Amino acid sequence: MIATSGIVFRLAWRNLWRNYRRTAIILAAIAAGIWAMIFMIAFTRGMIESMVSDGIRSIPGHVQIHHPDFRNDPTVDNLMSRPGGELAASLDGKDVAAWSSRVRVPAVISSERGSRGVTLVGIDPVAETSISFVADDVVEGRHLEDDRDRGLVLGRRLLERLESDVGKRVVVMTQGADNDIVDRGFRVVGVYESEIASTEEAFAFAGRATLQELLGIGDRVSEIAVLGTDRREAEQLYLRLADTAGADVEVLPWYELNSYLGATMRTMDGFVIVWIVVIFLALSFGFVNTLVMAVFERVREIGLMMALGMKPRTIVAQIVAESILLLAIGLAAGNVLAWATIYSLSDGIDFSFVGEGLEIMGAASVLKPSLGIGDVLLSTAIVLGLGFLASLSPAIRASRYQPVEALTKE
Amino acid sequence: MNSVRCADLRKTYKQGDQDVIGLDGVSLEVEQEGFVCLRSPSGAGKTTLLNAMGGLDRPDSGEVYVAGKRIDNLSKGKLAEMRLRNIGFVFQAYNLIPVLTAMENVEFVMHLQGVPAPERAKRAGEALNEVGLEGLENRRPAKMSGGQQQRVAVARAIVSRPAIVLADEPTANLDSSSARHLMALFARINETRGTTFVIATHDEMVMSYAKRLIRMRDGKIVEDQLQET
Repeated sequence: MIATSGIVFRLAWRNLWRNYRRTAIILAAIAAGIWAMIFMIAFTRGMIESMVSDGIRSIPGHVQIHHPDFRNDPTVDNLMSRPGGELAASLDGKDVAAWSSRVRVPAVISSERGSRGVTLVGIDPVAETSISFVADDVVEGRHLEDDRDRGLVLGRRLLERLESDVGKRVVVMTQGADNDIVDRGFRVVGVYESEIASTEEAFAFAGRATLQELLGIGDRVSEIAVLGTDRREAEQLYLRLADTAGADVEVLPWYELNSYLGATMRTMDGFVIVWIVVIFLALSFGFVNTLVMAVFERVREIGLMMALGMKPRTIVAQIVAESILLLAIGLAAGNVLAWATIYSLSDGIDFSFVGEGLEIMGAASVLKPSLGIGDVLLSTAIVLGLGFLASLSPAIRASRYQPVEALTKE
Repeated sequence: MNSVRCADLRKTYKQGDQDVIGLDGVSLEVEQEGFVCLRSPSGAGKTTLLNAMGGLDRPDSGEVYVAGKRIDNLSKGKLAEMRLRNIGFVFQAYNLIPVLTAMENVEFVMHLQGVPAPERAKRAGEALNEVGLEGLENRRPAKMSGGQQQRVAVARAIVSRPAIVLADEPTANLDSSSARHLMALFARINETRGTTFVIATHDEMVMSYAKRLIRMRDGKIVEDQLQET
C-alpha cells in the first residue's frame, strides 16, 4: 500500500480538479462550515472564559480555605485563625501568585435614605490587589489604603440604591463575636464598578483590621483566598493545600466554590464535540453527494484501473484520499477564515444590548473570542475522522464493481 | 508450457428476461509466444472468452490457467494481483486514465507493482520510444489522436513484460493506417520479446497478422487453424 500511495494521491489530487466548479462549491461549503464551527467554539470559549475569570475574581481565588462550617453558616461563629506553620509555608509556594485572608459577614448598610443587606468583606487591600476586582475597578474616590483604613468602598449600584455618594457617611450594622448587634459609622471613600452589575449591589469592602475590631474577633478571619499562577493547574494547587492545611479547616477549589461555573466548564468540552458533529452532519450531505457523483462519473475508469491490477483496497484508498484532500483544503481555508475573524475581533464584541441576559449567566457584556489550539486540533481530527467514515460508503461501493461490468458502463 | 489454458468454460448472461449463452464448453490452449486471433460475429463469445482468460470475468464453470496457475477460483484481490503480474490489456476504447499523461499512464502498472521511480521512468520512456511516441510523454490523452492513445495503451501493456497481452478489438476505433501501424507493432513485439498475443477481432486486416486463427460461433470454438503470416 505504501508503494502505491504516490499514484493514489496523484490521482486523488488531479481527480479533485477535474470538475473545478463542483469542487469549488463544495470547498466553499466546507470552509464556511469549518469557519462557523471554529468561530462559534472560540466565541463560546471566550464567553465561558469570561464567566470563569469574573467568577474567580468574585469568589475570589482558585482555592479558598474556611472553617468547615463557614459555607453553611457564614457568620462570626465560624471563623478560623490566620494561617501559620506548614500552611503558611505552603502559601508561599511557587504555584501561588497571591493570597489574602478576609473577614466576610452579612451586614446591613443604611444611609439617610435607605438600607440594603450586603456581604461586608474586610480585606487587606495590598494583599488583595491581584486577587479580587476591587483595586482595578475603583472608578471614583479612592481604594482602601491598608487593612486599618476606616473607610468603606461600595459598588456603584449600591450607592445609587442608598442614594448616597463618595464622602458621605453610612451606618454598618452586623452581628459581633458575642452575638450582639454591633454598628458603626463609615465614610464612603470609593466606588467600584464591576462587569457583573449584581456584584456592585452585593459586596461592600472595608479594612480587615477595622472590621475585626468592630466584630471583636481578634485576628481571626473568615477565609483565605489563594490565587494560583494558572487556572488550569488549580487542581494541583488545591490538592497540595488540602494536604497541608489540616483537618480543622476546609479547602475547596474554585469549581466547587462556584459549582455552576465548574459544571459550565465541564459541559463546554462536550458542547464543543456536539457542535463539531452537528456542523459536520450538515456538511456531510453535500460532501457525500459530491463523492458519489465523482465515483459515478468514473465507473469505467475505475473498471480500467481494476483491470490493470489495482486492488479493491487501493480503489478504496484512492476515493478516501480524494475526500480527505477535499476536507483538508476546506479545513485549511475555514481555519484561516476563522482565525482572521477572531483576530479582527480580538478587542471583543460588544453585547451590551443584551447585557442583562449575559449578566444572568455571569458573563461580561464585551465578549472576546478565545481560540485554543486544542479546539482546532479536536475539530480537525473529528472532521477528518468523520469524513473518512462518510467516504467509506462510496469508496467501498466503487471497489465492489466487477471490472468487466465497470468497463462496459455507459 | 502454455501461456493460457481454458478447460470447458461455460458462461450464461441474463439479457432482460432471456438467458444468453456467452461460452458453451470452450476449451483452448494458447502456447507461449503465440499470436492468436479470435474471430466471430458480434455476440458470438470472443470478448467473453477474452475476459475469462484475463480474469476480468468469472466463468459459470470450467477452469482457466494463466502461466500454469489456476485463476478462475481466485479472490478479487488475488485476481487483480495476477492481472498485474501476468497480463497486459489493450481495450477497444477508454484505454487510458484521462488525468495522467502518456508517461504516467505507462508508469501506472509499474506504480502498482512497486517498481522504484528511476527504473519506472526509464522503462516507461523506452516503451514509449518502442511504440513511436517519443516527445509525447507529457501529453494527456485528450490531446492525443485515437491511434496515439492506442499506442500508449500498448506501451503500458508491454512495459512490465507480461506473459500475455489480451487485446479486444484494438483497431475498431482507428483509421486503416493507424490500425496497420498498431498491428505491425504487435507483430514486432511478439517477434522480438516473445510476448503472447490473443486478439479478439472481426477485422480481416488484423487476422492477416495472426499465426493462429480461432473462429467462434454461439459461444463455441468452431474452427482453430494455424496460418502463415
